[in-house]
Amino acid sequence: MDARDTFDLTTGRGLIACPRCDALHVEEELQPGETARCIRCGGVLAKPRGGAFIQLIALSFTTVVLMMGAIFFPFLEISRMGFGNATSLFGVAMAFADGVLLPLVLAVMAMIVGLPVLRSFLLVYTLVPLAQGRAPYRHAARAFRWSEELRPWSMAEIFVIGTAVALVKVAGLATVHLGPAFWAFCALILVNLASRGFMCQTTIWDAIEDAGLRTDGREMAQGRTP
Amino acid sequence: MSDQPVMTAHRAGLIGCRSCGRVWPEEQETCDRCGADLVPPDRRGLQKVWAWWLAGLVMYVPANLFPMMRTQTFAGLQGSTEATILEGMVELIHYGNYDIAVIVFVASVIVPLAKFLSIAWLAMVAGQPATVEQAHARLKIYEVVEFIGRWSMIDVFVVAILSALVQLGFVASIHPGPAAVSFALSVAFTMLSAQSFDPRLIWRGLPLRSRTGHEGQD
Ligand SMILES: [Zn+2]
Repeated sequence: MDARDTFDLTTGRGLIACPRCDALHVEEELQPGETARCIRCGGVLAKPRGGAFIQLIALSFTTVVLMMGAIFFPFLEISRMGFGNATSLFGVAMAFADGVLLPLVLAVMAMIVGLPVLRSFLLVYTLVPLAQGRAPYRHAARAFRWSEELRPWSMAEIFVIGTAVALVKVAGLATVHLGPAFWAFCALILVNLASRGFMCQTTIWDAIEDAGLRTDGREMAQGRTP
Repeated sequence: MSDQPVMTAHRAGLIGCRSCGRVWPEEQETCDRCGADLVPPDRRGLQKVWAWWLAGLVMYVPANLFPMMRTQTFAGLQGSTEATILEGMVELIHYGNYDIAVIVFVASVIVPLAKFLSIAWLAMVAGQPATVEQAHARLKIYEVVEFIGRWSMIDVFVVAILSALVQLGFVASIHPGPAAVSFALSVAFTMLSAQSFDPRLIWRGLPLRSRTGHEGQD
C-alpha cells in the first residue's frame, strides 16, 4: 500500500474523489485482494483481483456464446391436448417483426439480449490489449465508459424471474416445459455475477491511463481558460 | 466514517469525475481520462432529476388505468378479457397463487411508489443541513433505489412472454395493452431520474470544522 507518487492539489493529479460523496483520497497502488474504501461513506473505491482482466475477457466470451444459445434454442415448449410446440426467442421476435408491437419487442430484446452482448464486446475491446500489456485501442476509454453506463439497462436476470411468473400464470391451462435457452439464461446470471466479482473499475481506468491512452485530441484543449 | 470533517474535491477547488474518479481542476469540463462530462455537485443538477421524475409519474397513471393485456382464449369462445395491473393480481389471488401475487404486487405497486417518494424526498433534502448519520441513511436509501429500480420491469417481461405464447398456439391471441408500454416507460424514466441524482449532494450540507462563509451549504 505505498503511495505511488506525489499528488498535486491544484491539478488533481494523483488524487481520487469518491463518486458517492466527493471525499478526496490519495491514489495508491493496491495489491490484488486488497480493498480501498472511502473514508467518509465507506463505499468501495477499488478492489483489484489477480488476473481479473483475463477472467473478465473469458467471461465476456462465455456470455456471447450462451446468448447465442439463448436466442436460437427453444425457450419454452408447450404441450396441450397431445400437441407439442416449441419456440425460440428468435422465432418470437421474427413473428412480431411487422406488427404494431415492434417497438416493445425491440426494447425487450435490446434489454435482455442486445445490451449484454454489446457490453461483452465493449469489455473485450477494452481489456484485450491491456491484458497483453500493449497500449489500449483508440476508443478504449469511451468503450469502457459506455459498458459501465449500460450496465443497469442490461436485464437478463429480471427476464428470468419474469418468465417464472408468466409460467405460473398459465400453469393451469397447459403444460409448459422450459427449453435449453431458459437454462442458458440462468447460466448467464451466474456468469454476470462472476464478472461483477472480478470487475474493478478503478483498476481498469488506471490500466487504461498507465498504458498510455491518447484520448481523442481533447488533451490539446487542456490549457483553456474557464 | 467518523465525524471528522473531510476534505472533498469541491472544497479543494477541484472537481471529481463521477465516472472514473479522477480529479481535475474545477474549471475543466470534460474528464481527459474517460471522456465523461464533469458535473459540479450543486443543486442545479436536480432539475434533471425532477424532469425525469415527473415524466415517470405521468406515465405511471395510464399504466394503472389501462389494461396490461387483452386475452382472447380459444378463438374467442370464452370471450376476451382485459386486465389492469390490479385486476391481474386479484386474478392470481383468486387462483391461489399468493406468492406470485406478492411478487407482482411488490414489483409493480410497492417498488414504483416507494421509488417516487424516495427520489422526491432525496431531491428535496439534498444539500440541506444534515448530520453525518442522516447523510449515511440518505446514501443507503439512494443505493437501494438505484439497485431496485430495474426490477419493476418484471411485469413488462411477463406480458411479453405471455404474448409470445401465442406463437405456440396456446391461446388465440394475447395483445399487450397500452399499460404495458406506459409502465415500461415509467420504469425507464424513474431509472433515469435516479441516475440523474448526484449522491454527492447528500453530503454538501454537512457542517465544516472551519467555517469561512462561502463554503459548505449552498
Ligand atoms: Zn473520468
